[in-house]
Amino acid sequence: MSSASADTGQLAERGPAGDGQPLIEARHIVKRFGSNTANDDVSIAIMPGEIHALLGENGAGKSTLVKILYGSLQPNAGELIWKGQAVEIASPAEARELGIGMVFQHFSLFEALTVTENIALALPNCKATPELAATIARVSQNYGLPLDPAAHIVDLSVGERQRVEIVRCLLQNPSLIIMDEPTSVLTPQEADQLFVTLRRLASEGCAILYISHRLEEVRVLCHRATIMRRARVVAEADPTVETVGTLAQLMVGTEIEHVERKRGTRRGPEAILISNLSLESQEAFGISLKNINLSVRIGEIVAVAGVAGNGQKELFDALSGETLCPREDMLIFDGEAVGMLEINDRRLGGAAFVPEERLGHGAVPALKLSENVVLTRHGTGEGITRRGFTRFGLAGEVVEAVTTLFDVRKGVDDPEARSLSGGNLQKFVVGREVQRHPRILIVAQPTWGVDAGAAAVIRQSLINLARKGAAIIVISQDLDEIFEIADRIAVISRGQLSPAEDADTLTPEKIGLLMAGGAEKKGAAA
Amino acid sequence: MRIELVKRAEQSRVMSYLSPVIAVVLTVVFAGIVFSLQGHNPLSGIWYFFLEPVTSLWGIEQLATKATPLIIIALGLAVCYLSNNWNIGAEGQLTMGAICGSILPVMAPDFVNPIVLPLMLLMAMMGGALYALIPAKLKTTFGTNEILTSLMLVYCANLFLDWMVRGPWRSPQGFNFPITVDFHEWAVLNAVDIGGLYLNLSAPIALLLVVLLAVVMRKTLMGFEIKVLGQSPRAGSFAGFSSRKMTTFAFALSGALAGLAGMMVVMSEIQKLQPVISPGYGFTAIIVAFLGRLNPIGILIAGLVIASSYLGGEAIQTSLQMSSKVATVIQGVLLFFVLACDTLILYRVRFVSGSRESANA
Amino acid sequence: MLEAFILTVITAATPLMLAALGELVVERSGVLNLGVEGMMVMGAVAGFAVTISTGSPWLGVLAGAAAGLLTSLLFAVVTLTLVANQVASGLALTMFGLGLSGLIGESFVGQPGIKLQPANIPGLTDLPVVGRILFGQDALVYLSFVMIVVVSLFLFRSRAGLILRAVGDNHSSAHALGYSVIKVRYLAVMFGGAMAGLGGAYLSVAYTPLWVENMTAGRGWIALALVVFASWTPLRIFFGAYLFGAVTVLQFHAQALGIGFPSQFLSMLPYVATVVVLVAISGNRRATLFNTPACLGQSFVPDR
Repeated sequence: MSSASADTGQLAERGPAGDGQPLIEARHIVKRFGSNTANDDVSIAIMPGEIHALLGENGAGKSTLVKILYGSLQPNAGELIWKGQAVEIASPAEARELGIGMVFQHFSLFEALTVTENIALALPNCKATPELAATIARVSQNYGLPLDPAAHIVDLSVGERQRVEIVRCLLQNPSLIIMDEPTSVLTPQEADQLFVTLRRLASEGCAILYISHRLEEVRVLCHRATIMRRARVVAEADPTVETVGTLAQLMVGTEIEHVERKRGTRRGPEAILISNLSLESQEAFGISLKNINLSVRIGEIVAVAGVAGNGQKELFDALSGETLCPREDMLIFDGEAVGMLEINDRRLGGAAFVPEERLGHGAVPALKLSENVVLTRHGTGEGITRRGFTRFGLAGEVVEAVTTLFDVRKGVDDPEARSLSGGNLQKFVVGREVQRHPRILIVAQPTWGVDAGAAAVIRQSLINLARKGAAIIVISQDLDEIFEIADRIAVISRGQLSPAEDADTLTPEKIGLLMAGGAEKKGAAA
Repeated sequence: MRIELVKRAEQSRVMSYLSPVIAVVLTVVFAGIVFSLQGHNPLSGIWYFFLEPVTSLWGIEQLATKATPLIIIALGLAVCYLSNNWNIGAEGQLTMGAICGSILPVMAPDFVNPIVLPLMLLMAMMGGALYALIPAKLKTTFGTNEILTSLMLVYCANLFLDWMVRGPWRSPQGFNFPITVDFHEWAVLNAVDIGGLYLNLSAPIALLLVVLLAVVMRKTLMGFEIKVLGQSPRAGSFAGFSSRKMTTFAFALSGALAGLAGMMVVMSEIQKLQPVISPGYGFTAIIVAFLGRLNPIGILIAGLVIASSYLGGEAIQTSLQMSSKVATVIQGVLLFFVLACDTLILYRVRFVSGSRESANA
Repeated sequence: MLEAFILTVITAATPLMLAALGELVVERSGVLNLGVEGMMVMGAVAGFAVTISTGSPWLGVLAGAAAGLLTSLLFAVVTLTLVANQVASGLALTMFGLGLSGLIGESFVGQPGIKLQPANIPGLTDLPVVGRILFGQDALVYLSFVMIVVVSLFLFRSRAGLILRAVGDNHSSAHALGYSVIKVRYLAVMFGGAMAGLGGAYLSVAYTPLWVENMTAGRGWIALALVVFASWTPLRIFFGAYLFGAVTVLQFHAQALGIGFPSQFLSMLPYVATVVVLVAISGNRRATLFNTPACLGQSFVPDR
């Protein structure tokens, strides 16, 4: 692999790399969970002041390695060396004492507590005092991450929550900060702001271990990259020299299957019409939908982009019928007003739904796959239930068909849903609906947390379904995915939806502006 | 030494059958220890407590008498617990059912007609169901915790019965005892000779209900709905099922069954109303439901096991002069063991030596 | 008359307050222990037994707390170590406690106990009206007030209390930060057990120095309801306990006065009041949202 020592001007400006004593080094780490090996002889070295990328697909073993570095997991074999000394990091508290901080992907924050209390919990022997609050306010200002120390986490946006995590790290004066997929919840603009902060930290000598599968941002930000695949380190690379394509190839091992798509040139009649959909949220911290309009024709995929927590869940529930609309004509499927129909009546009319949460919403974890087929297809008129009796045999046949069609890998014929890997379960949950050939499909986060192979299968199946004669709405936070499959794109922000525009005329920057609340301003101006 | 749980990828089928057995064995061991602590030979204690009662026909009749109400109530509770509705007020629903069912023989003692019997059972079921619908309605409308409300209503029901039999319903011929008039011939269940075994109508009704519920749970969409809503309400609503309707249904069903059981106890054993009509069947049925792993067939077996512990309590009282309270303790311990052993179904248990613990502390 | 009323309200409210404060801490850590009744009744029988066998009500009180704590350990092992369903385990604990206390107490039925003597400060206790109420109570009454303050300070002013609330709010995060969720919960459950035991001992040593089977008569369940009523804040436990104490006493007084109302209906008052209060509280969900521990009743198994 190309080493990082190539002395380009750009690199010099980025700061140190290469020589000297590593800040932390992991040598020959092995970690097993039962029969499954998550880290197999993994070694990595991180220099002071370096932004070091850890790349890999879901399930490659990145999170396990990081948890070992942070002391939340103990390796079965291998050693850790901190500033030249062999150390044992038995707990996160010990990691923090050494000077290792971590910003979690799924935030480790306490919603009912204040910012100050949350931060006090991560500092040794510290209470939520006014002095601490003052320090938080000062440090957060300093690094361009303004925070109100007295605010409760539950009232903060996702971006603000991440700031709390980062400030919490900073107050520990860490020499190493581990960041697990930090930009997955941010708008492009928020991400840029984060990069400024990270570069400044690195220039002050703090090392950053940056975990991501977004190759473009790794190229822009990082000095060095370690790439993992199937529990092993497969390469070290200089991300500034590599292209996105070569990095991706290192990650996946083979050339990624490209999703094939012809722009939907032949569009059929309008199949979904959302008009003036407004819906007051019933939940304490929910988002109310405000005057949403969208029309989707047979043959096209329309994506709803947006940062998490802007009304996606509420929109999905209103479209699926888990929440009923206040008026029936707010939602029209195939010319029929369905706004006040229950979910199964909508299904009977030819619609299908795939929610964001695989386990616990789209599927019941402890039920078998065949039972999970009954879950969404008992009322579709296919004969899976007859006179109140359920025919699990018929459901089993559906499992077989979906398995073949979507290459679902499972140990036994009819396993419990929870025993499938994320990618395989997602293929099953999407396949269960696609196999019915619905005329209307509403799908949320179709490939969230899924490996590249499964993602390609799922995206291709959505495109094929649309071209064969279905109208599809994809609610997604993943801009790469959206540009890959969508014909038109609308952006949801604080419960409002921007007009859908042709995907070819939009750029990520433009969408980013809309995500940050452009729709609202436009709405106000109109 | 420390216990560590490792999650299994799938539920263990073997353990789901084995765990209640392990629990029963542990309970027998525990009982043996209790007997020897009280200065008795543990083996003879175990014999008198667990086995001796069922060695006679009379014992088996007693077993059926005690087991039927437990089984019938537990079936209803199983539907509640499977659907995540925590009705622990079956004792009160039993009482209210028995009161409602007794309206005819108490208030119209001259209406002697075969139709009284089914009417009584029907009215008892309605009474129990309506009483159970109070916590259900409070849960669905206000989100009030049903555990506490259903339990509080038990105390109210028992006090209400106390007032009825001391007040408006007290028998004029009862020498001032707090009892109602004796029920007439069509308002009681008499035992029928079945090959030397004297049983009344309640036993076949219990069996029928076991079979019925087993079919519903295994084969019908209704049973599927109960399971799904209990495990994952969000997935349930995605399947088009309504948690609210399920709460209403589950409470109504379990209340009706508790009322039915209470009425049949009154009609067969007491044949009138008095301040106390149940030795805690409604609470013990909770143990039965869990011991039977909320499965109808399991509940049938568990009902027999627990009923035999009641008889065992009486047996050790007469044979060993021990307190019959031992039975209650053993029942409680049995439930603990069952709950603890259920862990084996979802987890592998590993014993870890202390060295790592000190590293983690 | 009013003095007598207030004095009896205090004795009725104290066991509720002690048990509810304990359960409040347990629930703040994310554990729902429905076995309060069982732990209380164990405390009551142990308190009574030790009091009359040693002659010291003080030792009895201590024994009550110890018995409650030991009983709660059973619950802790089953729900925390073996991650059994907390609702079912709590019910099991109650049944077990009622059974075992009945067994232990059988030989004590009908025996006279020894009453924990109230304080008597010459001068102060003899003051008119307020003397007996303020300065003539037994130690457990004063303790119950001290505990309100102690629990408040612990939960909202100490680091340990912050950790406990964090564990109850999000056990996964607390684990990720390196706190031992199980250890915190064990300690909380044990504290809850000891407090319930104290509440039970108060009944059999101070309230009515007697042993009667099932003498807690649902007070453990009312204590559980009080925690919800108080929306998990210690100060409101005080108001709740005294409100319920007053309702209970009112019922006795009404019976004594011979109000033409069946006694059974008066006896229902505390239970009906509990239901009414629970409904009133659940109507106001937003207000309690911040205080309701988000992980209440959920088992925690760390990844290894």
